Amino acid sequence: MNARGFAPHPAVRWLIGLAIIVLFAIPIVSMAEYTLRDATAGGHSLVHWIELFDPARAGTYRPIWTGLGNSAVLAVVTVAIVLLLLAPTMVLVELRFPKLKRPFEFLALLPISIPAIVLVVGLAPIYLAIGRTIGTGIWPLAFAYGVTVLPFAYRAIQAAIDATELRVLAEAARSLGASWPAVLVRVLAPNLRPGLLAASLISVAVVLGEFTIASLLNRQNLQTALVVVGKQDPYASVILSLLALAFAFVLLVVIGRIGGGTPRARRSARPPKDQP
Amino acid sequence: MTVAAPAAPLVDAAAGTEELPPPRRRVGSGAAALLGLVPFAAYLLIFLALPTILTVASGFVDADGSFTLSNVAALADPVIVQTFANSAWLSALTAAGGALLGALACYAMAGLPETGRTRRIVDAASGVLAQFGGVMLAFAFIATIGLQGLVTLTLKDRFGIDLFAEGAWIYGLPGLILPYLFFQVPLMVITFMPAMSALRPQWAEANLTLGGTRAGFWWHIGIPVLAPSFLASLLLLFANAFSSYATAAALASQGSQIVPLQIRTALTSETLLGRENLAGALALGMIVVMAATMSLYALVQRRAARWQR
Repeated sequence: MNARGFAPHPAVRWLIGLAIIVLFAIPIVSMAEYTLRDATAGGHSLVHWIELFDPARAGTYRPIWTGLGNSAVLAVVTVAIVLLLLAPTMVLVELRFPKLKRPFEFLALLPISIPAIVLVVGLAPIYLAIGRTIGTGIWPLAFAYGVTVLPFAYRAIQAAIDATELRVLAEAARSLGASWPAVLVRVLAPNLRPGLLAASLISVAVVLGEFTIASLLNRQNLQTALVVVGKQDPYASVILSLLALAFAFVLLVVIGRIGGGTPRARRSARPPKDQP
Repeated sequence: MTVAAPAAPLVDAAAGTEELPPPRRRVGSGAAALLGLVPFAAYLLIFLALPTILTVASGFVDADGSFTLSNVAALADPVIVQTFANSAWLSALTAAGGALLGALACYAMAGLPETGRTRRIVDAASGVLAQFGGVMLAFAFIATIGLQGLVTLTLKDRFGIDLFAEGAWIYGLPGLILPYLFFQVPLMVITFMPAMSALRPQWAEANLTLGGTRAGFWWHIGIPVLAPSFLASLLLLFANAFSSYATAAALASQGSQIVPLQIRTALTSETLLGRENLAGALALGMIVVMAATMSLYALVQRRAARWQR
């Protein structure tokens, strides 16, 4: 396998690579340095990290813990929507309505083209009605987030469906006497597990980073809390941003492992179609 | 797959009898299957279709709920036109910058094995950084080039350069360029790398065999093959920047220089330019721009996909 025809010289490769790594490392290093500043001593210390758990300052940081709790609830409900509503529907479309696959794909990828800031204009009256009937709790917001994560979750699950002979598995299980719920839970779900897991993880990452909808519908989540606290104590917000970045990286590495760990999924992974 | 192996002969037998008259064999079950689509359809109707319709409709309704064109007419207001121009300019600039830097990064990785370690790390990092928009990105840049940022202080103390000699531009429109590039470049890597990987080593060999040069390869083969993918990615980056809200909302605390911030102002302050429901009209304007960009994207992407088989 000789790819030297167009591959850049190793020195060029490294030069470009290093330049881009340095460019992207600067803001991240700056964040780390910023959180370690010690105004009183004039040097660097862990004072801002320790302050985060100081009971005397608990009042300042309360929005963060509330927001973190709310975001966790939203992440769980959104993943539930993906696994219990989206995934079974996709399996149903694949098995019984193959003609609907194209329109379904179009619908699932549509939220990419509709910015959250546009959606929120129309969501405001809907959540006003929801507030009056279901209450102003945080969890109904997950319905809006389910739409936001739809394109990402769809892709992850569809890749797994394309790599699995769903029809064969389902017919085999049916002819052996399994009921439809048993087919879904005990035969299809385990075979789709990499896709379902990847869809769940990307949903968690998106929900934890969501700001637009929560902020404009006056709900508190992690990101709105970062803004509120950042006005009084920017150090706390930078610390949490840094932690969130690290957490997202771990999530994505896990997704990468799942994707790369199943040779079957990789073999039939198709080039991206209409969307990234 | 443990289930499939012992059941394989049974499947063949079953498939033979079942697939002749397609799925019409169990009418009751077919209706039940159709019923199974209802929950998700209802969900999309309430949380995707309805908000979109409400958004568009609210642009055509006045405070009393009767039809009006005055909100849409407000899109021609010089303030609003300037906002759209700002948004388009910022998106185009960061899309072009992000596309060039991202393509350079992809070029640096050309020829590396797709499952190799470098590609995997870059893929994961790009995935994180492309999603790293929003509030956290704003804080990253406050810590970097804010008034007390590391780069600001280093430049001032070591080199005597004052970044803010011309005012606190980081909190205005120019301050958004660097943060936006920070998520545009990784998105470019994600969307453009598949096209780069699809360049066949055989083409380069054929070019060399026929007496072509390395530069000739890029000029006559590489760039023409990659151009549609590059253009498609560029459009996607434009759409990405155009619809981005959170970073700007957290960074630019005063003024509404771009359309998403103008929508925020319209939503939170009830009247803007003496009009109600302007948010709907602004959102409509955004939908038009996004629809045009994404349609063009789909068109170019179809052309680009030809080489990625």
